[in-house]
Amino acid sequence: MYSEKVMEHFRNPRNMGEIPDADGIGTVGNPVCGDMMTVYIKVKDNRIDDIRFKTFGCGAAIATSSMVTELAKGKTLEEAKKISRSDVADSLGGLPKVKMHCSNLAADALHAAIEDYEKHKGTKR
Amino acid sequence: MSGAKRIYMDHAAGMPVDPRVIEAMLPYMKSLCGNPSSVHSFGQEARQALEEARTKVAESINAESNQSIIFTSGATESNNMAIKGVAHRNQNRGRHIITSSIEHMSVLNPCKFLMTKGFKVTFLPVDQYGFVDLTSLEEELTSETIMVSIMYANGEIGTIQPINEISQMVHRKNAYLHVDAAAANGQVPIDVNDEGIDLLTISSNDMYGPKGVGALYIKKGIQLAPLIHGGGQERGLRSGTENLPGMVGFGKAAEIAKEEMSTESERLKKLRDKLIKGLLDPIPHSFLNGHPTKRLPNNAAVRYSFIEGESILLDLDMKGVAASSGSACTAKTLEPSHVLRAIGLKHEEAHGSLSFTLGRQNTEEEVDYVIRIMPDIVKRLREMSPLTPKELME
Ligand code: FES
Repeated sequence: MYSEKVMEHFRNPRNMGEIPDADGIGTVGNPVCGDMMTVYIKVKDNRIDDIRFKTFGCGAAIATSSMVTELAKGKTLEEAKKISRSDVADSLGGLPKVKMHCSNLAADALHAAIEDYEKHKGTKR
Repeated sequence: MSGAKRIYMDHAAGMPVDPRVIEAMLPYMKSLCGNPSSVHSFGQEARQALEEARTKVAESINAESNQSIIFTSGATESNNMAIKGVAHRNQNRGRHIITSSIEHMSVLNPCKFLMTKGFKVTFLPVDQYGFVDLTSLEEELTSETIMVSIMYANGEIGTIQPINEISQMVHRKNAYLHVDAAAANGQVPIDVNDEGIDLLTISSNDMYGPKGVGALYIKKGIQLAPLIHGGGQERGLRSGTENLPGMVGFGKAAEIAKEEMSTESERLKKLRDKLIKGLLDPIPHSFLNGHPTKRLPNNAAVRYSFIEGESILLDLDMKGVAASSGSACTAKTLEPSHVLRAIGLKHEEAHGSLSFTLGRQNTEEEVDYVIRIMPDIVKRLREMSPLTPKELME
């Protein structure tokens, strides 16, 4: 059902965990199946210096979270903002149709984290 | 799956065919075998094999006569035949049907279909264990009610319904009781006479018989409209040339199930209870789905908070273990199982649900293995979940 790439990320998720002193946090809920994903970012010189995720969801949700962190790590905020929902799915070698919404969740969580960072920039969290 | 160990604990989804059943079927697949409707000796031999199979199936549920058994293509067809067949034929007596909210789709959807044809259908609620609310049943039964359809047991959470009590209530109102026993047949003794069952759905594969064959028991005197019209086979209720190898296999499977049920269900109950204990005790925030004792001997259904069922299944599968989940993420519709919702589980509670359904091949070593690997699987996924309380991971 899943590509080998998806399974590989599911087995060995990259950047899993929290960043206690994160600069931006994005939490999104999945309206379709009721799952949840949180992305934490640490920003340095306008770049995503560190990124972590936590996910409550299916195999695809876990793999897409892992993938989105990998895609975003080291990118400038502008570049990271451009990471789209389909980029995530494509980098995983595709997802079953019914699971496409899980990759949306991952991209949305990343964007929410960046937005959160920009909102709070300059203020102490 | 790589590696040596492969453990199948998803018998509710499909069962292997017993080698003795295959043996019994072979002659009817290999050699020339007649059409049971033909006059010549080939046909007559086929007819005899068919009637013997019918008798075995009848005996396995203590039916009064083998003439009460109609062979079908499986439980889905049997349920359709019972519900639509009774409704269409008996609508002059009333147009109300009662069923429960945890029935199989092959009961729920025919009922919904009938609603579009002007029938009124009541879907009874169930309690937290999955028992049908008998007070509601009593209240909803009216002189308009022609049939009540309640499953014998639920394959997902294992709960066995009080069929005797239900039957008494239904018969006091002169309605028919249809029971879908697809999940229960072969697991627990069923006696249509004793339990007051008017129509009973049974399925071959759920007792280690071949797929593609099932039966509907119809108590003598009950009139049904056929779903399939044609040459008039199966007393005109189910036309089409008989699936002889399937029926012979079903007969053999029913015979074996009857003979071995008491020993096998005792064995399974022990394994089940050990599995349930081992899945729950070492893991905090874990719960049993269904009732502790009034459950199918082969069903261990649990749920874990903060994690999702499909990812648990994938982790189990990587370790060679096959089970199933009612989580929304495993469903094509992305809705949690209607059974889990009906027993009152919240969306996120249903998410972490798992059903292990045991079978003849499963051993105690396999159960031990599953118990051994589960805590780490739950731990790994909980570490990933934003819902897991911090204290739990320390
Ligand atoms: S998270 Fe529910 S289907 Fe992917």
